[in-house]
Amino acid sequence: MKFIDEFRNAELGQRLVTKIRQSSTKPVRLMEFCGGHTVAILKHGIRQLLPPIVEMLSGPGCPVCVTANDDLDKAIALARLPNTIITTFGDMMKVPGSYSSLQEAKAEGANIKIVYSVQDALTIAQDNPQKSVIFVGIGFETTSPTIAASILEAEQKSIKNFHTLSLLKLCPPVMKALLDLGEIRLNGIVCPGHVSAIIGSHPYEFIPEEYKIACVISGFEPLDILLTIAMLIEQVEKGRPKVEIAYPRGVKPEGNTHALKLMDKVFEVSNANWRGIGVISKSGLKIRKEYEHFDAEKVFSITTAPIREPKGCLCGEILRGVKTPLDCKLFHKICIPEHPVGPCMVSSEGTCAAYFHYGVNYG
Amino acid sequence: MCLAVPVRIVSIGGTNAQVEIGGVRRQISLWLTPEAKVGDYVLLHTGYAINVIDEAEAKQTLQLFEEMTKLDEVY
Amino acid sequence: MGETILLAHGSGGKLSHDLIEKNFLPLFSNPMLNKLDDSAVFELSGQMAFTTDSYVVNPIFFPGGDIGRLAVCGTINDLAMNGATPLFLSISLIIEEGLSWEELRIVANSMKDAAQEADVKIVTGDTKVVNRGNADKLFITSSGLGVIPPGVNISGANARPGDKVIISGTIGDHGIAVMSQREGLKFSVPIESDCAPLNKLVAEMLEVSSQIHCLRDPTRGGLATTLNEFAKQSKVGIQIEEEKIPVCDAVRAACELLGFDPLYVANEGKLVAIVAPEDAEQVLDKMKQNRYGSSASIIGTVNAEPKGKLIMKTRLGTSRIVDMLTGELLPRIC
Repeated sequence: MKFIDEFRNAELGQRLVTKIRQSSTKPVRLMEFCGGHTVAILKHGIRQLLPPIVEMLSGPGCPVCVTANDDLDKAIALARLPNTIITTFGDMMKVPGSYSSLQEAKAEGANIKIVYSVQDALTIAQDNPQKSVIFVGIGFETTSPTIAASILEAEQKSIKNFHTLSLLKLCPPVMKALLDLGEIRLNGIVCPGHVSAIIGSHPYEFIPEEYKIACVISGFEPLDILLTIAMLIEQVEKGRPKVEIAYPRGVKPEGNTHALKLMDKVFEVSNANWRGIGVISKSGLKIRKEYEHFDAEKVFSITTAPIREPKGCLCGEILRGVKTPLDCKLFHKICIPEHPVGPCMVSSEGTCAAYFHYGVNYG
Repeated sequence: MCLAVPVRIVSIGGTNAQVEIGGVRRQISLWLTPEAKVGDYVLLHTGYAINVIDEAEAKQTLQLFEEMTKLDEVY
Repeated sequence: MGETILLAHGSGGKLSHDLIEKNFLPLFSNPMLNKLDDSAVFELSGQMAFTTDSYVVNPIFFPGGDIGRLAVCGTINDLAMNGATPLFLSISLIIEEGLSWEELRIVANSMKDAAQEADVKIVTGDTKVVNRGNADKLFITSSGLGVIPPGVNISGANARPGDKVIISGTIGDHGIAVMSQREGLKFSVPIESDCAPLNKLVAEMLEVSSQIHCLRDPTRGGLATTLNEFAKQSKVGIQIEEEKIPVCDAVRAACELLGFDPLYVANEGKLVAIVAPEDAEQVLDKMKQNRYGSSASIIGTVNAEPKGKLIMKTRLGTSRIVDMLTGELLPRIC
């Protein structure tokens, strides 16, 4: 597969590993912000290739994991309304809310369909004009423009029974909030490659400027990640943190300006509740007034029971990089994929799920 | 944070395109990349092309790897 | 006869008899079945294997097969994986009211073709018709009986350190073929389900080696789950090499698109064999001569440690644990 196989070449990977080993002289702590990177790092065993002085921490970049309980409870409440079809990405099905999950609601009779694309939700809406079709909109800036596009398309085609529950979130604000918490000392951040395909590299500039932390935007193949680590180490060694793009085939400094325009047309920035961190101002997206007839929260009235958080769950600290799954008493004993306590174990990109599946001692 | 896969545009019809990867074909939306043309490679995320892949940059990055010291040249 | 099957066709009366005598009897015809007694009667001696399975695949038709072929091959393969020569099958159908005769005819023909290919007889059966909405078009349960030749002892607990791990061909074909037809996904793939009866392949393997320790078909949960099962049952460690695992391009691509790992995708016409090292090459050669083993490959080794675990050496040369599949394989965006 073009643009995939070439970036998995073992021999070239070895050269990057050599460069990393040669150039790294002082201990360095890097955070891979994005769940996709956590999974790629474990899947390819990247940690085994790095010298021990390079430490990798996992961050909160998993849109499923950071969905707060009350947001999930809203989605489940919507699923229980009569005459509705809930459409959702597969990732959300098993995440436990305060009392239930979308999967349990489905087993109890709610009409919930897994879709690969929000476009499929539009098609389901067109095929079922007498039902209300609600799309559970989770994701970061990679996914938000697709949902903006779907709302504009629904407007264009007068698909009146299509709605979205916007649980969309933004990356740079949570990165700032994490750094402001001051719980962890980082030298560098592996920045999310596909979020950056949309937003470009400028939104990260505050990180080296204000916090003196190196930033490199990374692709997801092993060679991309190794190149990113090499570039981060070089920045740290030289003491000159900045924002660099290690994924130029996918990311331009200005991002995808057309996609950003569509996002801005449909959404406005709002406060958002992040599991494990709390409410972060201006870190989420909500649907603008002009499109509020597509906004599930405005169109449907639902009541949810008081939120319940699972006892003993360390998802919050794990998301902030303060602890690892190995520090959690529930990990691997009570909290396992078959019966997860928190979302970090459910989401395929959750740190705990990744550690569990790929073997904690390896990679 | 998200899975995006490089696919090749085989044909375009309105705001949609037929794309191909490894023999698998799917219809996707070009709402976010109206400038994409037949023959382009795009990054596909949940049924939408989110960017056109810069092939020249891809070549340059691979060249960068090639230029790095080989393991046996170090010792 | 109308276009679709009615509840009356399952009620035991004339319509039920018509259903069986006009649809199934001509296709499956054999002396035992033709008697239409309440049981099939026969004499058998030796060590026997007996298995049962239910088939509820949705959609019932997919590239390369259908639920009928699956129901026959799946049960035949379960017998073959214990080294048994499959002899007889029972087929029980739960038909949803409204299924078309045409669809039933296609499924029945698939069952006939698969059974004939494997030299297995369908000797007894049952049909019921349920109300619309109570069965996804068609559910099939099949049970199978076979005889294990003397001296054959195959079990998931028999793997020993030093043994070689062999896969009979490309993985993930069935799961991806079925997935491509599911609502909400819709992509076109140039691949078909690999659904096939493997009893003759197994018989040929047993001809050249008496040291085939384990056999299993990696169905739900894929290759990774099956190898984990062997590791746990035999209390050994298994190591496989990513480079050596055969995956066809379309399956690789579809897995990239959906966020799946081919190691977890179902197969319906493949087997994993764990064989003593001195016999591995000749078993491999024999497999390659059979159409269902032409892409067979040695993919790994059994070790003493780490007990109960499956490790994979990646293309990059690093190692990682490959766990069992937990829960359902769901498409992901992240």
